[in-house]
Amino acid sequence: MDVMELPHLESPEDRVWPKLLKAETRALSFSYGNRLALKNVSVPIAEYKITALIGPSGCGKSTFLRCFNRMHDLYPGTRYEGEILLHPGSRNILARDVDPIEVRMRLAMVFQKPNPFPKSVYENVAYGLKVRGLTDRRALEEKVEQALRSAALWEEVKDRLSAQATSLSGGQQQRLCMARALATDPELLLLDEPTSALDPIATANIEELLLDLKQRVTILIVTHNMQQAARVSDWTAFMYLGELVEFGLTKQLFTNPSKKQTEDYITGRFG
Amino acid sequence: MIRRRKLAEALFKALGLFSLALAIGTLALLFGALISEGAGRIDWQFLTSFPSRRATQAGILPALVGSSLIMLVTAVVGIPLGVAAAIYLEEYARRTWLTELIEVTVTNLAGVPSIIFGLLALGLFVYMLGLGTSILTASLTLALLILPVVIVTTREAIRAIPVHIREAAVALGATKWQTVFHHVLPYSATGILTGIILALSRAIGETAPIVTIGALTFIAFLPPAPVTTQPPFISFEWLMSPFTVMPIQMFAWVSRPGEDFAGNAAAAGLVLVCMTLAMNGLAIYVRYRMRKRVSW
Repeated sequence: MDVMELPHLESPEDRVWPKLLKAETRALSFSYGNRLALKNVSVPIAEYKITALIGPSGCGKSTFLRCFNRMHDLYPGTRYEGEILLHPGSRNILARDVDPIEVRMRLAMVFQKPNPFPKSVYENVAYGLKVRGLTDRRALEEKVEQALRSAALWEEVKDRLSAQATSLSGGQQQRLCMARALATDPELLLLDEPTSALDPIATANIEELLLDLKQRVTILIVTHNMQQAARVSDWTAFMYLGELVEFGLTKQLFTNPSKKQTEDYITGRFG
Repeated sequence: MIRRRKLAEALFKALGLFSLALAIGTLALLFGALISEGAGRIDWQFLTSFPSRRATQAGILPALVGSSLIMLVTAVVGIPLGVAAAIYLEEYARRTWLTELIEVTVTNLAGVPSIIFGLLALGLFVYMLGLGTSILTASLTLALLILPVVIVTTREAIRAIPVHIREAAVALGATKWQTVFHHVLPYSATGILTGIILALSRAIGETAPIVTIGALTFIAFLPPAPVTTQPPFISFEWLMSPFTVMPIQMFAWVSRPGEDFAGNAAAAGLVLVCMTLAMNGLAIYVRYRMRKRVSW
């Protein structure tokens, strides 16, 4: 396929494009066995911004997200095509010679359902650091506190760091997962519908947190909640049936979508 | 209409209760018979004496020591092998026709009569490897016997770990090895332990394979002590020592004529049941302690 046909290059004059990129996908396709789940998706991820992926269930947005940390490698019969470039370095993380673990060391992920380890709060946050070989207790404690503060959880758990993580409330658990992800200073934070299992108050907490965090980390968030995308993100990509329909500034995409499909979706006519 | 449905419910309840009573009743009866016949015979002398031609002087010391040592070696050999095999099959092996075949074979092995294992052991350990009728041979035989059970239950326990826990570890950059040893194994330890205890409980009562490899029924000495007075102070000679085990001792006494020996057999049976119960009790306790720590 001709590079000039890539969607983000087709009409440069009427579309705004992020300047500083943390990552970008180029003609990314992905298949589970024979089922093609992503078709030629090219999306830029702006540095220190929040990029939201929206679309109806089954449109491939979670699949897309999980390509970034090569999560699909865990399961047999999956295949990537195209490139995901991680800047700086412009390394294609899908290349054959790239170890998926090397990729996962640079990124972090928060999942749809809070999934703390059945260990203590402290051990949960420290785990990523321990995996990286950090054993100094003072350094660990400091990092754990920092991460918990970043996730706005420190005040609530500072007196019970040795309590079971599963004894926390759902919203606290999700913020704990956020802290766990942040402890390793990731370059890119992947969020897979992080608030879908939470109540509105816990959701508001997380959203506020995201706005704080983008000073320090680039965020890519999958959400089925359009209001959430509109509230927190700077850039939005709308996906449908494994394809990228439209990408643009969130404000623009929600107020003045250029595609009919996007308009139908954000006005609630389908999805 | 409602009355008819309620009748069906009552009938089913009665049937269930009856089945339960039947099962428990039989067990209680059996246990009661053992106690009434054997309890009077159990004393310090019985536990610490060698077999004898006179029933009142006979004891189960060699069998008790034999069973304990064999359980120990069986556990040391069988558990790591079984758990490791299960981890490999569940976490590392690719799904191919070969692994499918291995899977089916392992499951079927769990149902193979134990005497077949005895025949295998007789050929392999006793004759080919020349290990003789020793504690080592018996332990290896029983280890083989429990291997399928350990593998199957360990795999099931591992499979019960939710995918999202593994993904959480992997997303943090953990290698497969780290994921398994930091998360999968600790969280599935209760299930694995249950399988191990069940397997060992089965092994301790096994008679057929032990008879097949030629265990003695009358033995008047103990295996050499593992600690010696000369350097290097630790001896593994006991592994090669002849032995007997509790079920064989029981069988030997049951087949003797005379009331006295029947009492001895019942007493030995009671001790054997207590050993099994103690093992199960330990498992329940450890499981309880662990479950308090792991939850999701």
